[in-house]
Amino acid sequence: MMNGATPQPEPVFRIENVNIYYGHFKAVRDVTMYIPKNQITAFIGPSGCGKSTILRCLNRLNDLIPSFRLEGKITYHGKNIYDPDIDPVEVRRKIGMVFQKPNPFPKSIYDNVAYGARVINYQGDMDELVERSLRRAALWDEVKDKLKESGFSLSGGQQQRLCIARAIAVEPEVVLMDEPCSALDPISTLKIEELMHELKANYTIVIVTHNMQQATRVADMTAFFNAEPTPKGGKVGYLVEFDTTKVIFGSPKQQATMDYVSGRFG
Amino acid sequence: MTAANTPTTLAGQRSRSPRERLLDRLFIRLTLVLAVCTGVLLAFIVLVIAWRSLPAFQQFGLSFITHSAWNPVPGREDFGVLPMLYGTLVSSFIALLIAVPLGLGTAIFLSEDFLPPQPRMVISFLVELLAAIPSVVYGLWGIFVLIPLLQPVGQWLHTHLGWIPLFSTEPVGPGMLPASLVLAIMVLPILTAIAKDSLEALPPELRQASVGLGATRWWTIFRVLIPAAISGIIGGAMLGLGRALGETMAVTMLIGNANQLNISLLAPANTIASLLANQFPEARGIQVSALMYAALLLMLMTLLVNILAEVIINRLKAKYE
Amino acid sequence: MTTTTTVHPQVQPLLKRLQFRTLFGWVMTGLVSLCALLTLMPLFAVLGFVLVRGISRFSLDLFTKLPPPPGLSGGGFGNALIGTLIVVLLGTLISVPFGVLTAVYLSEFSNADARQKEIARWVRFGINVLAGVPSIIAGVFAYGLLVTTGIFGYSAMAAGVALAVLMLPTVIRTADEALKIVPQDVRWASVGLGASNYYTIFRVVLPAALPGILTGVILAMARAVGDTAALIFTALFSTFWPRSLLEPIATLSVLVYNFATVPYKPQQELAWAASFFLVMLILIASVASRLVIRRQVKR
Repeated sequence: MMNGATPQPEPVFRIENVNIYYGHFKAVRDVTMYIPKNQITAFIGPSGCGKSTILRCLNRLNDLIPSFRLEGKITYHGKNIYDPDIDPVEVRRKIGMVFQKPNPFPKSIYDNVAYGARVINYQGDMDELVERSLRRAALWDEVKDKLKESGFSLSGGQQQRLCIARAIAVEPEVVLMDEPCSALDPISTLKIEELMHELKANYTIVIVTHNMQQATRVADMTAFFNAEPTPKGGKVGYLVEFDTTKVIFGSPKQQATMDYVSGRFG
Repeated sequence: MTAANTPTTLAGQRSRSPRERLLDRLFIRLTLVLAVCTGVLLAFIVLVIAWRSLPAFQQFGLSFITHSAWNPVPGREDFGVLPMLYGTLVSSFIALLIAVPLGLGTAIFLSEDFLPPQPRMVISFLVELLAAIPSVVYGLWGIFVLIPLLQPVGQWLHTHLGWIPLFSTEPVGPGMLPASLVLAIMVLPILTAIAKDSLEALPPELRQASVGLGATRWWTIFRVLIPAAISGIIGGAMLGLGRALGETMAVTMLIGNANQLNISLLAPANTIASLLANQFPEARGIQVSALMYAALLLMLMTLLVNILAEVIINRLKAKYE
Repeated sequence: MTTTTTVHPQVQPLLKRLQFRTLFGWVMTGLVSLCALLTLMPLFAVLGFVLVRGISRFSLDLFTKLPPPPGLSGGGFGNALIGTLIVVLLGTLISVPFGVLTAVYLSEFSNADARQKEIARWVRFGINVLAGVPSIIAGVFAYGLLVTTGIFGYSAMAAGVALAVLMLPTVIRTADEALKIVPQDVRWASVGLGASNYYTIFRVVLPAALPGILTGVILAMARAVGDTAALIFTALFSTFWPRSLLEPIATLSVLVYNFATVPYKPQQELAWAASFFLVMLILIASVASRLVIRRQVKR
């Protein structure tokens, strides 16, 4: 892994003129931005602005929804991941996902972490990989004596860290996090945020959050999304502003961003 | 709404007359008594059958189960239910052997998005219709369509694989094989419906978590979805087993009703339910009691299987609610 | 063609290539599709044969004449049709009051205290297990209780009781569901006006739940119409027109069973025609009840 020695972070993703539809309904319009390598990028904005939708496009998880359609390009190291010669299953192995609600499998803690490794047909020492992943997820000390117990026996915060361990056991390059702390208490939230800072060295992280303090605490770059009403009576999400977190929260260029980050929204 | 016939008084202020209150209490009591009656109906059925089987139980004891003779000739009565017990268990077992993989496959087909929702709903409905066709119609169809169709198959099995005990007898038409096949068809709908329901009841997060890690559809199905829904699938199979054990008409019409214990699937056999259907209308004296004894055994077997199924399925529901 | 020039090393593994898992996926998808096809095949096979062989014999005589004696042709299943209507009606008359009032208890009154809840739990459990009781056992029960004891003997009454046992779980379950979806404020509106419980139930709640309850009754009747095992040694059979509820009575399903195994062509044809008629009745009932349920869900 190349560590953050490069002065100008190389982008992992480029999102170019992306429109997203569910059936005839347009959910997101005209998004163009990039995701820098080995940094944390936060998506913020009011609910319904399409930030989770964009996030799920980055590892083609929206393919599970039959009516989903995407226009534009999302390139990963220069290659459009929606090209027909791309295998979406492989995309998801390189680009992991942590969900809003902790969703461990009804299996033991050990098997939850090993699941991802078995998916990629990992040939090395499984015990070692499980331990390494749990250590990286800052969960090892709490669970090392009960690896055979069900993943459901853990607290909410521990379950979420278990899900993070499960995601990084696949050895992805990018970890997507969809409001990973929204179901957690403040102490668990803090632990996850510390964890993100540590993971940054090895992974590129994209996080969706509706908590602006969280974005200022963890993110290097921040994208602010908003929703506007459409003539048909629906709502469509769009990107308002994308810049370093410092600029977005200190001196944004758009009035809408200013209103949102200063709490004068709506 | 309808009850706007006391408009002048305020809500709840009208006091009821003592007579009216008494009537109300009686009404609630009545529903309670009826509910308890239906609740204990099951026990009552067992009691009635046990009571009627008492003479046979006294005469034959438990050897009734391990003994194979069925002689209703007056003066020389001798009854043992072993061949029918064997036939009941084996025909149900073969039926499940065929129906479980088919039903599970169909359930997976219907719970995944291989087809758009509309055609999937139509197929689910058609599978349900399979359960609505009366048993006696399956029997009629079996006699005139299935048995002639199976005859060359049985012949082939016997001439080429006759050294295997399962095919060691000349096929004569009715027998274990056609009966088991029709049983399989008859338990398929319940098996499919319950397996499909338990797969569809799984939280979508489970699938997302697996797919999000880069697992394929089939990996997800085999490693996550089926294990998570396993108690529902097993519960459905148990309910199917309960149906198969007690299924009467189609089996009676196809199994040949021979009170003999034969390992060959091509030979005629009998089940407890078929025995009852065949012999009750003309039974006399101790034979009635012996049949009641057999019915009691069948009832207890199906009860056991159904109660187990109920417990297993409820456990799955509790896990995800 | 466009991107073959320089592919980033991280992108290389993302490109589609033929892998074992792709093939495995195709095979499995093919297998489960085949399963669905095989599951549906018997339905079409049975319906097709019943249609082809049943419809050829259809005429008005079928509904107005008695079955022919062995060796003769012609005739119909008029007596069995009436017999089926009688025994199913008897079963309905016994099971519906019991079933609906049990459902009223379960959904309206069983939440009063912990003891009542416990009772309701056991009653529900008993009903669920009762639903799995084979129909022949219902027949044995009626036979042991009513036929051999001489209370009714072989009769439409005994058959009605046996069918009622089979219908009860369906009636209770659907009525219970139907009562549950009646909105709570409908009850409050009535009770709040000072109406007594039975008034509220009979004038407000039951009418609101009527479509759902009727659906359940139709489903239960559809099952009873086709049932045979509960009838063969309670109703027995008769080649005459029914005269009394206390005598053996002919029914369509027992007619199919009896005539399927005789060596006479006219009787066999009659069995197919009766099967066709039974299947049509049941299909119509199933489709109709499903439509009613769907309309209710939409509302």
